[in-house]
Amino acid sequence: MSALEVAVTRKIGDFELDTSFTVDSGISVLFGPSGAGKSLTLSLIAGLIRPDTGTIVINGVVVTDCARREFVSTQERRVGMVFQDGLLLPHRSVLDNVALAVRQAGGRRARRDIARSWLELVGAEELAGRRPGSLSGGQRQRVALARSLAGEPAIVLMDEPLTALDSAVRREMRSLIRGVITSTGIAAVLVTHDLQEAEELADVVIDYADGRVLGQRTVTHPTRLEGPRESAAGSEEE
Amino acid sequence: MKRDERVKSASVLAVASRPKNKGVVIIAVALMGLGLGYGLAHLMAGYIAYWGVVEGPFWLTLRVAVPATLIAGVAGIAAGYALAKSHFPGRDLLETVGSLPIILPPTVIGYYLLETLSPGTQFGGFLTRVVGHTLVYNVAGCIVAATIAAFPFCMRASRAAIEGVDSSFEQAARTMGLPDWRVALQVTIPLARRGIAAGLTIGCARALGEYGATLMVGGDINGKTRTLSLAILDSFTTPERNTMLLILVLMAVTAMIGVGLLGRSRS
Repeated sequence: MSALEVAVTRKIGDFELDTSFTVDSGISVLFGPSGAGKSLTLSLIAGLIRPDTGTIVINGVVVTDCARREFVSTQERRVGMVFQDGLLLPHRSVLDNVALAVRQAGGRRARRDIARSWLELVGAEELAGRRPGSLSGGQRQRVALARSLAGEPAIVLMDEPLTALDSAVRREMRSLIRGVITSTGIAAVLVTHDLQEAEELADVVIDYADGRVLGQRTVTHPTRLEGPRESAAGSEEE
Repeated sequence: MKRDERVKSASVLAVASRPKNKGVVIIAVALMGLGLGYGLAHLMAGYIAYWGVVEGPFWLTLRVAVPATLIAGVAGIAAGYALAKSHFPGRDLLETVGSLPIILPPTVIGYYLLETLSPGTQFGGFLTRVVGHTLVYNVAGCIVAATIAAFPFCMRASRAAIEGVDSSFEQAARTMGLPDWRVALQVTIPLARRGIAAGLTIGCARALGEYGATLMVGGDINGKTRTLSLAILDSFTTPERNTMLLILVLMAVTAMIGVGLLGRSRS
């Protein structure tokens, strides 16, 4: 069973997205120039936008089927999402941001404990009490990654998560993302227009242009860093 | 300072410091001190006397304005949220009717309320049976009048503040699995809190100062429905009128200075 099956169309103004691909475990990167429809595809998968036609299946569960008028809400899709600028809730502490995403039943304390363990996984446990406004770009994205995983989603969607970061932090974050996705076994779809980033992170690259999938290729990595703690150890205080 | 002014002020100091004019200065200062002391004593005495007149209305005003602000606040935030976030039948009607108390004269609102809440009408009779007593000429009626006066400010400010919230945060919250009601309570409203608080403050001020509708629905009954605004007008017919004027001016100046200082400390 594939982690994700997408076959949808969506027209917005003059732009028309007509995409179809399948994603298995690991990181699949949607690669292409700006305006190719990559982020729109993520919004369709997350249920933030409805497609005009087609179906989306996550872990064998049909979440969108336009012909049958089936549409599972974003909240019930079990997707985690990392946005370009993190979009951490500014009025909540880092720990609360992650704890809010914990879906597991239990009291507030239990959810906070789970949130702490996710922060630990991405090497951001010392940031727990801080407000998002006081974090650096890299720290913000670490927390956003922890938050996207805290709901134990079927799939994690990352919309250009490294674009706003400088090159050193970006390198560090690449190994962190790689390590976390490998260790958790959760499938991920990442959007980027940076070729180096695509090839370093991806197990599969899906090439996009003008709202269409041009092709899909598998990437092999002979010398890849694994393990989230290894990458998280790098300091990045600003 | 210009040269002429310097010469003038120097000569005044010189005259004041001359031994033969010292007595005049002492007498002038003493008279000023006496006047100030008398004024303050008069003010205090008047204030104490006046407090006796306004104490009841003061506490009654709080009993009216606090629940009115709470009710108008909750209803205003809910209405503001609905207007900002959804399109439903009667949306324009809600906005128009909700804003009417700003546009209509308070006495007209009072007239409508009197007509609606009077035990003689169907709705008023029903309310009277439910509450156990008539709403008009009662504190409950004053609360209704103040709530209606405060509501549009709470609603409009909440709507503007909620519309100003970046919807990306709400989308992010949905991907976290938060149901829509939790997105509203834990994301949207907290992010709009400054604008909402401003609306509630204005609404509270409006509830505190409500006059026309309260007069018509409450009836200005001393010890029962005479709020501070009504008591201020009533005291124009008492001997403490001038003292009261002075107190009101001082209160207004203090409030303005307070607001100014608050604004400066924030900026």
